[in-house]
Amino acid sequence: MTTVAAKPATMAQALTRALRDAMADDPAVHVLGEDVGTLGGVFRITDGLAAEFGEDRCADTPLAEAGILGAAVGMAMYGLRPVVEMQFDAFAYPAFEQLASHVAKMRNRTRGTLPLPLTIRIPYGGGIGGVEHHSDSSEAYYMATPGLHVVTPATVADAYGLLRAAIASDDPVVFLEPKRLYWSKDSWNPERPSPVEPIGRAVVRRSGRSATLLTYGPSVAVCMEAAEAARAEGWDLEVVDLRSLVPFDDETVCASVRRTGRAVVVHEAHAFGGPGGEIAARVTERCFHHLEAPVLRVAGFDVPYPPPMLERHHLPGVDRILDAVGRLQWEAES
Amino acid sequence: MTVMEQRGAYRPTPPPAWQPRTDPAPLLPDAEPHRVLGTEAAAGADPALLLRLHAELVKGRRYNAQATALTKQGRLAVYPSSTGQEACEIAAALVLAERDWLFPSYRDTLAVIARGVDPVEALTLLRGDWHTGYDPREHRVAPLSTPLATQLPHAVGLAHAARLQGDDVVALAMVGDGGTSEGDFHEALNFAAVWQAPVVFLVQNNGFAISVPLAKQTAAPSLAHKAVGYGMPGRLVDGNDAVAVHEVLADAVRHARAGGGPTLVEALTYRVDAHTNADDATRYRGDDEVETWRRHDPIALLEEELTRRGLLTEDAVRGAREDAEAMAADLRARMNEDARLDPMDLFAHVYAEPTPQLREQRDLLRAELAAEAEAETAPTTGTGRTTGTAASTEGPR
Ligand SMILES: Cc1ncc(C[n+]2csc(CCOP(=O)(O)OP(=O)(O)O)c2C)c(N)n1
Repeated sequence: MTTVAAKPATMAQALTRALRDAMADDPAVHVLGEDVGTLGGVFRITDGLAAEFGEDRCADTPLAEAGILGAAVGMAMYGLRPVVEMQFDAFAYPAFEQLASHVAKMRNRTRGTLPLPLTIRIPYGGGIGGVEHHSDSSEAYYMATPGLHVVTPATVADAYGLLRAAIASDDPVVFLEPKRLYWSKDSWNPERPSPVEPIGRAVVRRSGRSATLLTYGPSVAVCMEAAEAARAEGWDLEVVDLRSLVPFDDETVCASVRRTGRAVVVHEAHAFGGPGGEIAARVTERCFHHLEAPVLRVAGFDVPYPPPMLERHHLPGVDRILDAVGRLQWEAES
Repeated sequence: MTVMEQRGAYRPTPPPAWQPRTDPAPLLPDAEPHRVLGTEAAAGADPALLLRLHAELVKGRRYNAQATALTKQGRLAVYPSSTGQEACEIAAALVLAERDWLFPSYRDTLAVIARGVDPVEALTLLRGDWHTGYDPREHRVAPLSTPLATQLPHAVGLAHAARLQGDDVVALAMVGDGGTSEGDFHEALNFAAVWQAPVVFLVQNNGFAISVPLAKQTAAPSLAHKAVGYGMPGRLVDGNDAVAVHEVLADAVRHARAGGGPTLVEALTYRVDAHTNADDATRYRGDDEVETWRRHDPIALLEEELTRRGLLTEDAVRGAREDAEAMAADLRARMNEDARLDPMDLFAHVYAEPTPQLREQRDLLRAELAAEAEAETAPTTGTGRTTGTAASTEGPR
């Protein structure tokens, strides 16, 4: 991620750059959604695209999520590579039928003759003080729908690399953008953007020996912080950034857990029926004999996303992660 | 001053960007559905077209009968017959050029085969061997859509994409009267009108959504009236008058191809059979009603005109009937063959590249199949338990 000319850049800038480069490289790439044209999207991720590529390539649509996604299906059927923006996590629900019944299934129901190369960008998650319906973590719904890829970056470089990969993918990709990381900075060289990151690979962000924190998206930074704080307790935590929830990188995850013998899954989405249950089950099935303790989950509470003044109690923070690590019943090492 | 009194005086200036694009009056459908057969206008109808429509309608009706029979023999899980609606089905297929696309609903098998899809492949969905039996790209026919109205935005997107690429392709999308209540219907029409996409929406108003009559579906004066609110023309046509349906749809297609944007066509027709073979229509409608519609049968209407013009020769009748019988016999014979399926196909088309998770599951199924095959060749042994180790668990250390 660091090159000589690297300067601090935000995740938002990297996403914009990824869209721009994808559109410049391939005239089939079209962006559509609510307010994506003149305004550049409410988070300005599509800023400048309409000016550079015209309003046909970066189109403001009527305000209708099922219509946007449904139209994108037809566009993909005719050879385009639509990139759809859903304005906020909870406003993607009207499009869910298109997603579940058509986007996820078109390749399968047509025996591979109508693949849908489309990307659905969804700003998701909390931590920015958004009002109701602006902070949902809906990844479990998408993960539970075979036929979709589900990815989420945690770094500026991955934001670029994964979005390029999503747009290049011949399958539909739900691209979840952690909105509280939009303005997070990293050194990144926009003149030589990070390489396209293949979908489906987790990465070890920090290596350690005591336990593995399995996490993704907005929680990666929190886990990194927790890992630093854990040193005071004598714990040396490994942090794995999953990056891709579907497909899931069992290999990297299991290699880590087998090394450390202990694992905690950390995410903002609620625990019951959430992504952590699936991840914990996979790890248990594969690493049972290496585990010194049950796989624990640190997640949002099983409540509808709370009002902003209470969200700090809901979101998994450093202390809650460290508590869970403490509950891993240490004896052998410390 | 009360608010009511104020109202007349208060007229804000609309924001500058807003200009009504269309005068609603020309968009309104006529009060009476467009008819040709049985009127003087029929005299102008092209004899070749009349005979072609007739032959196709006869074949379509025979197909409906044959497919319904196949449900009784257990060869099809279910069949939604379009008997009585053949005129809409056939006209929908015939007005399209080869490069155009058709977006059918589950009831529109006849339109699909009239577009050249193999009759057996068109039934794959209903037989249950795969979801879509044909290659949509080859025939430019989207998969038969089971969720109501969800195919309509696809038609809009495809037509829009074609136009952006400079192709004069039109999409014709079919939906039932019940489907017009779905949100996707609204979103599709609105998108199409805003984008001026070359789409023709054909509503087959056959009176019922399963058991629910139109009166409980909408309070609009007609379904065609809905078009006006979107800023596109609405046309009302007698859906049992094949010539009229063909005329109205051909007009709408021409209009779309010329850059005039979308049209909503409502065809008034009737579902003579039950919703599907699994439905009991006597619970929600009387025989009288069905009888009235049987007297307004699309094939009979066409035959009257052909007879009047001396075109319904014995040869023509025999030819149409023989074609239909040959098609039915072929369908029967091929549908009575057992479908040959490869269970490994389960994993073939989920993603371009199977995920590691799918590869594991594929290995598991392959092992189960191998064990099954082994058990079959050595019938005396075995508990029937497959040897496939659950690929998802870790072996002992
Ligand atoms: C979204 C959705 N909801 C419910 C159904 C179940 N369903 C199948 S057919 C049908 C009635 C449809 O009526 P209409 O649109 O008038 O078409 P017709 O069957 O009369 O051709 C219903 C409710 C469905 N297929 N999709």
